[in-house]
Amino acid sequence: MAQLITRPPSHDREAPALSMEAVHFEYDGTVVLRSVTAEIQAGELVAIVGPNGAGKTTLLKIVAGVLKPDQGSVRVFGHRPGGHVCIAYVPQRSQVDLSFPVTVAEVVMMGRIRKIGPFRWPSKADWTFVRQALQRVGMSEFAERQIGELSGGQQQRVFLAQALAQEAEIILLDEPFTGLDISSQEAILSMLQELKASSVAILVSTHDLSLANQRFDRVMLLNRRLIAFGVPAEVFIRPNLLEAYGGHVHDLPEAGGTMVLAEPCCGDDAEAERG
Amino acid sequence: MAEWMQWLVEPFRYEFMLRGLWASLIVGVVCPVLGTYVVLRGMAFLGDALAHIILPGVVIAFMIGWPLPVGALIIGVVAALSIGAIGRRADIKEDAAIGVVFAGAFALGVALISVQRSYAVDLAHILFGNLLGVSTADIRLMLGLGAIVMLAIFAFYKEFLVLSFDPVLAATLRLPVAFLQNMLLVLLAIVIVISLQAVGVALVLAMLVTPASAALLLARRLPVMMLLSAGIGVFSALVGLYLSYYADIVSGSAIVLVATLFFGVVFLFAPRKGILSSLLRRNLG
Repeated sequence: MAQLITRPPSHDREAPALSMEAVHFEYDGTVVLRSVTAEIQAGELVAIVGPNGAGKTTLLKIVAGVLKPDQGSVRVFGHRPGGHVCIAYVPQRSQVDLSFPVTVAEVVMMGRIRKIGPFRWPSKADWTFVRQALQRVGMSEFAERQIGELSGGQQQRVFLAQALAQEAEIILLDEPFTGLDISSQEAILSMLQELKASSVAILVSTHDLSLANQRFDRVMLLNRRLIAFGVPAEVFIRPNLLEAYGGHVHDLPEAGGTMVLAEPCCGDDAEAERG
Repeated sequence: MAEWMQWLVEPFRYEFMLRGLWASLIVGVVCPVLGTYVVLRGMAFLGDALAHIILPGVVIAFMIGWPLPVGALIIGVVAALSIGAIGRRADIKEDAAIGVVFAGAFALGVALISVQRSYAVDLAHILFGNLLGVSTADIRLMLGLGAIVMLAIFAFYKEFLVLSFDPVLAATLRLPVAFLQNMLLVLLAIVIVISLQAVGVALVLAMLVTPASAALLLARRLPVMMLLSAGIGVFSALVGLYLSYYADIVSGSAIVLVATLFFGVVFLFAPRKGILSSLLRRNLG
């Protein structure tokens, strides 16, 4: 995969893959994100956790460039993200029209259309790219299926393949594990590990705190503001969780220490509705 | 010549029927192809509204002696762009904004016609089309405009596809989303102008939506949907013309009725998505 990624020369290799500086966002007069500052390096696997309405989806959309922050800025390899196509954003899957007459391979190809450029059609090399991306997510045999014929986990993998076909260096995933069975979750996780190895920066929002704890390099604990950002052991301590989740935190005595259990509700984020 | 061939050829011995055939074939292709996006993007109401908004443009052009399609095109493009602009504001819901502009413009159009002398005839022609009154110059214009629309659909195929399937991806990829959306609206206005003489203001919507909806039930890929949609459009135009000639029905209505019937058949009997096949599946599975 490493040789598949061609880097635009404009990148500043010294700069972090992604840096958010005092990102502030309001919606209808309500503060959704208050001055979020964080840096993420290439090859890092970062989880964003927090209760419903914490601003996880909003933060991902701002980084993706779908929303503009009211204050602050997002820099990608040292540059503003305008015109950048090295970011791929995989939204919650409920947001696309699954009855659309489009095949799996075509959905993956959509990731490449900026690379192909206007007034041009995908070349053989582009289709090879798409085939390889589908192969990497283990979906080759579904290439000619209509997107709506796949299960939720399969669709998730197709959108991941789209991000691969885009040759993204920063991949943002919004709640990719919600509603998936364990084996689909594992498939996505091992794929993320591979991407990480080819120095892609990955930012994943999730409700699953134990997953964030066990499988991610660093964790952003968010509730309208950035409560903590660091390795899981430093972030998942009782004061932080209390601050993020309020009263919904219980202590469970456990051999070798105390496990803190938060109760993030598993419904869709209210913020996701706004689009 | 065999009798049935005689029957088939007979209507087109007349020049005006032949011109009508050309016009309806152009409409039968262009309208349903753009209609695939109207159906997929849920723009049916907008399409209907645009068709009605064009009415005052046609009447004003008539009053000041301009070619009717020019007046229609100008007002259509202006309306399409202003609806796009209104829709991007949050304080008025888009469908309400469309409704306000649509009804107001249509009323203006009817008012302008009513002060003309030949009110009844003209209004009927604009509302329901006048396929048999199409001139050679009209056909040339339709052909030119139709070619522009088809070319644009072809040239921006992958951009329109992404915009329609996944607007968030379009934004992430930094596609010029507003530009593409406006272009779709302008194309819609052009197609409505093309269809005006064939099926009229009141029935343009049918040519935009009906063949494309039937095609959606049959196709699993967009290019196939477009081809099928055009095929159904052409079929409806042809059969509609015969129906019009032999049963003495207004041509625009005849064409739309055939398309609607076609949709009904597909709705019931489509292999995968039809009512019958899903009933069968439920019983067998």
